[in-house]
Amino acid sequence: MSDLVNAVASSELRPGPSASAEKQLTTNLSYARKGIYEENGWAVSEGKRLYSWFNCVGCHAHGGGGMGPALMDDQWLYGSAPEQIFATIVQGRPNGMPAFGGKIPEQQLWQLVAYVRSLSGQLSKDVSTTRSDHMSIMPSEQRLEEQNPKPVAPSARPQ
Amino acid sequence: MRYPALEAAGPGAAHIAANWWLLFWVCLVVYLLVIAALLIALRRGRPADAEAASEIQRVPNAPRERLIGFVIAISVGVSAIILIIFLAASVITGRALASLSGKENVAIEITGYRWWWKVEYTDLDPSQRMTSANEIHIPVGSPVKLTLKSYDVIHSLWVPELHGKRDLIPGHPNVLRIQADRPGVYYGQCAEFCGLQHAHMRLVVVAEPADKFAAWLAGQREPAKAPTDDNAKRGQQVFLSRPCAFCHNISGTEASGKVAPDLTHVASRLQLGAGAIPNTPGHLAGWILDSQHIKPGNSMPSISLSGDELAALIAYLGGLS
Repeated sequence: MSDLVNAVASSELRPGPSASAEKQLTTNLSYARKGIYEENGWAVSEGKRLYSWFNCVGCHAHGGGGMGPALMDDQWLYGSAPEQIFATIVQGRPNGMPAFGGKIPEQQLWQLVAYVRSLSGQLSKDVSTTRSDHMSIMPSEQRLEEQNPKPVAPSARPQ
Repeated sequence: MRYPALEAAGPGAAHIAANWWLLFWVCLVVYLLVIAALLIALRRGRPADAEAASEIQRVPNAPRERLIGFVIAISVGVSAIILIIFLAASVITGRALASLSGKENVAIEITGYRWWWKVEYTDLDPSQRMTSANEIHIPVGSPVKLTLKSYDVIHSLWVPELHGKRDLIPGHPNVLRIQADRPGVYYGQCAEFCGLQHAHMRLVVVAEPADKFAAWLAGQREPAKAPTDDNAKRGQQVFLSRPCAFCHNISGTEASGKVAPDLTHVASRLQLGAGAIPNTPGHLAGWILDSQHIKPGNSMPSISLSGDELAALIAYLGGLS
């Protein structure tokens, strides 16, 4: 945990891929995290529950975006890798994304990360959630199209 | 923990208990008669002589067969009459339960979550609404209207000393009227399997005299007491800066999470974790650090805190009476 927090804390706040010195560490971490959370259907469904409990829905809607950017498309201002999304949630980002560091336990953060990535089809289909507990307002995460994430050019970023 | 369903403390449970005793005594008599008939038959046995035994079966014996037919007809008739009486009794009981009415002065909305009960005392004046969890107080001798809802799956509310089971169905509010005729603490339980911690989904019903009830309700409507000593003040900061405030509400502070039990007056409750553990500082500390050990699968994550942070937090929560 502390390694990870250090890596996240020292990563540069500028968008895009993290600096190469940290790349090795984050790659190792991402293998570990992937096994625990991104290949675990329960963790992803917990992430789905927290996504609405912690009001991610308020800005990002159910992936389509609103006040905040869409999460089901292929455009990632601050990186689409699990540890980059983790950093985005922990540190917050300009133009409205609050910093949730210290407010959400690490385990739940990773569950959220896994769920967020399932919105753009980054997880395998047998892990993504298949139905909602409440009235369905979108196709199940399992049926969402797999996107090919790409960073967005600086000029296209919202100011 | 006892759930004495037959020691009725309210009219609902009394009707059910009366019906139960009727069924019990009638079935007991029928059972004894059947066993007696069986014993008589065993005692008489077959004729020892094999030839005599086969002759009974082979040779027609009109009067004897008429007698047997008569006995069977009487038995079937009596059984049918008893079953019809049972049917009538249960219909009458059902009607009596459904028509428990009278003017309710108290209306409570109970919402089932996996695995706890959210409790809201409704009022026409929004500022008088009060939210709590896992414990309700009711005035003795007057009917209380419960509106039952579910947040997730089907639950069922059963306080055996007060009323029969009533399901909490997602998307379909159910109404149940209860009344307690004598003061006391009654325990309720989720009675519809709802997942891993179904067994740890208890509700406490405290029936008390009207004036005590009114005082309790007025106290619960107040915002949380502000901490006075430094340790408790620090505890409040821990509560607000750590994950706690993300899910729990404490009125009068910035903590306004709505997805977990309201903690505004947590220290006034008898139990924690929907009846999983008693409400003592030690149990509370254990619950905060590792509730997954006490009640595996519940939605509260294990929180890592340093020793003095935890002590401060316990001091703060312990003051929320």
